[in-house]
Amino acid sequence: MTDLFLSSVFEQNLALSFFLGICTFLAVSRKFETALGLGIAMIVVQAVSVPVNHLIFQWLLVEGAWAWIGLPDVDLSFLKLLSFIGVIAAMVQILEMVLDRYVPPLHRALGIYLPLVTVNCAILGGSLFMVERQYTLGESMVYGFGGGIGWALAIVTFAAIRERLKYSDIPKGLQGLGAAFLITGLMSLGFAGFATGGVP
Amino acid sequence: MKASLGYLIDPLIKGNPITFHILGICSALAVTTSLVTALTMSGALTIVLVLSNVTISAIRNHIPDSIRLIVQITIIASLVIVIDLFLQAFAPETSKRLSIFVALIVTNCLVLARAETFARQKPVWPSLLDGLGNGLGYSMILLIVGSIRELFGTGNLLGYSVLPLVENGGWFQPLRLMLLAPSAFFIIGFLVWIIRSWRPEQIEEPEFKILTPDGATRP
Repeated sequence: MTDLFLSSVFEQNLALSFFLGICTFLAVSRKFETALGLGIAMIVVQAVSVPVNHLIFQWLLVEGAWAWIGLPDVDLSFLKLLSFIGVIAAMVQILEMVLDRYVPPLHRALGIYLPLVTVNCAILGGSLFMVERQYTLGESMVYGFGGGIGWALAIVTFAAIRERLKYSDIPKGLQGLGAAFLITGLMSLGFAGFATGGVP
Repeated sequence: MKASLGYLIDPLIKGNPITFHILGICSALAVTTSLVTALTMSGALTIVLVLSNVTISAIRNHIPDSIRLIVQITIIASLVIVIDLFLQAFAPETSKRLSIFVALIVTNCLVLARAETFARQKPVWPSLLDGLGNGLGYSMILLIVGSIRELFGTGNLLGYSVLPLVENGGWFQPLRLMLLAPSAFFIIGFLVWIIRSWRPEQIEEPEFKILTPDGATRP
């Protein structure tokens, strides 16, 4: 379990080694505070949606899930995309309402980021990886939490680097997007070092 | 005629979805380790983009505004399921190598952005051209990155040997870095640099001006 957690945070970082959620990663990392808000929203949504999708997949969609009412041949797994997207959108909505009711300060802080998270491919990607790698319920809880932390770690570090970079003198054509890509590449190189345990 | 040509040509360089709008980058980076996967992904995305643009634009007057996102995502997801099953049936090898990235076309910001900003307001024919143009602009970047990575990472192109490898008696030592994640970021970064040097109007305004000691703005 610890191995799975550490590998989902570092080695198999969703943003830096699987390129998931890179659009949001590049767009919402101009300021440190916003990046932190988005990162926390990602951790929460990822940690909740992966286990929930795991339950839905195991109990409703996988082949043989309907055997208990006498339909052992029904295989609905082709519906996983549609239902995962639906579950994620619904989860985000519910989360928003619960936060609004019980933890208003957190809701105010995360408010605008939660809808953004719905269309982030890292969330859907986490759930699809969970199916592809056949995690158990416990593993998918750890994987969801770790994946969220890894993504948040990446964007917070990246935003911090980018804030410092505002004052630097970069070649004209490289300003903004170009430099952002190169820095992400360097960070990804650093994270790739975790995969080999630091040994090249 | 000229206007419709514009829908098709504009997204190639001027408004390229990847290097200018920063849309759909996730898959662009992940599937470019070889040219075959890049080609398959480009084909799949272009088909989904054209069909979703046409469908959404055809029913644009019947979608209630409040639930349009759900309707759009459902349409896109259905198209993606069809493409995914098609690939699994007819190209199982490539489908395995693409892993979850065909399925992730659903959350590809490019498809949703075109639906939201273009197909929702325009008639069917321009939407079709716009989908095709954006698909081609996306494919172009994917093919460039894919061929660079495969050529220098393995010495092959589409599986045929182009640069003779050292281990086969040639001179080329494959660069393993090209097959790893970071190289994709570097290649796209440099592509952006090249395109922006050629078309300076795409350069973003810097947030701070750097001043010389006597107070003038540096060129």
